[in-house]
Amino acid sequence: MRSLIDILDFTTEEIDAMLKTACDIIENPAKYSEMCKGKKLATLFFEPSTRTRLSFEAAMYELGGNVISVSSADSSSASKGESVADTAKVISCYADIIAMRHPKEGAALVAANNASIPVINAGDGGHCHPTQTLADLLTIYREKGRLNNITVGFCGDLKFGRTVHSLINALSRYTGIKLVLISPEELKVPGYVLKDTIIKNGIPYVETTDLESAMPELDILYMTRVQRERFFNEEDYLRLKDSYILTPEKLNNAKSDMCILHPLPRVNEISVAIDKDPRACYFKQVFNGKIMRMALILKLLKEAQA
Amino acid sequence: MNIDSIQNGVVIDHITAGRGMKLYDLLGLDKLDCSVAIIKNVNSGKMGKKDIIKIDAEIPVNLDVIGYVDPGATVNIIHGGELTEKRTIEMPETLTNVIKCKNPRCITSVEQELDHIFKLTDKAEKVYRCIYCETKAK
Repeated sequence: MRSLIDILDFTTEEIDAMLKTACDIIENPAKYSEMCKGKKLATLFFEPSTRTRLSFEAAMYELGGNVISVSSADSSSASKGESVADTAKVISCYADIIAMRHPKEGAALVAANNASIPVINAGDGGHCHPTQTLADLLTIYREKGRLNNITVGFCGDLKFGRTVHSLINALSRYTGIKLVLISPEELKVPGYVLKDTIIKNGIPYVETTDLESAMPELDILYMTRVQRERFFNEEDYLRLKDSYILTPEKLNNAKSDMCILHPLPRVNEISVAIDKDPRACYFKQVFNGKIMRMALILKLLKEAQA
Repeated sequence: MNIDSIQNGVVIDHITAGRGMKLYDLLGLDKLDCSVAIIKNVNSGKMGKKDIIKIDAEIPVNLDVIGYVDPGATVNIIHGGELTEKRTIEMPETLTNVIKCKNPRCITSVEQELDHIFKLTDKAEKVYRCIYCETKAK
């Protein structure tokens, strides 16, 4: 049974095909409005997340399907101590496809290994968040018209930011990618991401603490939030949370067609004054996320039926 | 120093000096009732120093454990006082329930029934990673 746990589970050809499906959905929504009629998506969210869950649910509704939902661990059998494996087996009897978020790393893989229906990882702790990466890829593709030959700056929490690691993994398979990694010393990209992905694939990269000096060369600026929930120590969080705040002044030397991305929610790392700047693409990313989730649900259900 | 030769059993030879105890622990040899000898820092023409483990019983040994701890070791099966079989050791692609994931954020830290599975991700550097959270084995 095919599932999506890590973005690298899909080949670049598969991702390219999904991008094309996504663009077709945007062009011809009516064509897709009943494609999942009679199908049920189970959204199992054992960690708070409104937007990702709603995005999945909206995606399924727009495909004509139905949704059953668990929106917190407290309201599920997980609070009674049920294992992820058992939950996956039980839900397989109710639904046709699962989207799951869980605070523990690897939980989605456990679910996929035990479910008899496709499982989509909607975030497993600080590990992977492949559907955010699909949203990021569609946004870059629609804004730039390509996924190769781009310079991408990642800014903020590059240590715990799972969306950053997933997008680096995804982009590492395209040609002509350059990376600029902008973070405080304490939140640099982990050594294994550098060594196993960036260096191994021969991707040119620069590590810096200075956002403004890096700005002129960027085609994409991917901002991230410093996430309180990833820290064991509140003091460290408070010290680092305001490391980078993007203001209109800091965009003065940016390219006129640079795209600003952010996986959202933002706290204060992007000033609201930037929202009206045509380079701000983070709300387009939200829309694109829903569209890519539609393309993903279609792909996995089709493969499950084959 | 003399250790009796064994008639029927297993000799794990050419263990990198210092790794004998780790092998003893991970192979669970402390649970055996038969005689087991760990000989440390034996002079070796090839290796300088090496460790040897002799097990005085014909028991199955987990070659994956040996391949993980010390792929250069050799396993000799002794029967009737004669060497009857030499087993070659390779680094296993997968390790199941040999080592535990130490990442407190990993699903294995809260679900006790889950197998602890590691995959070989870099043979040259001998890196194993948890299949669930991708944390490197130490």
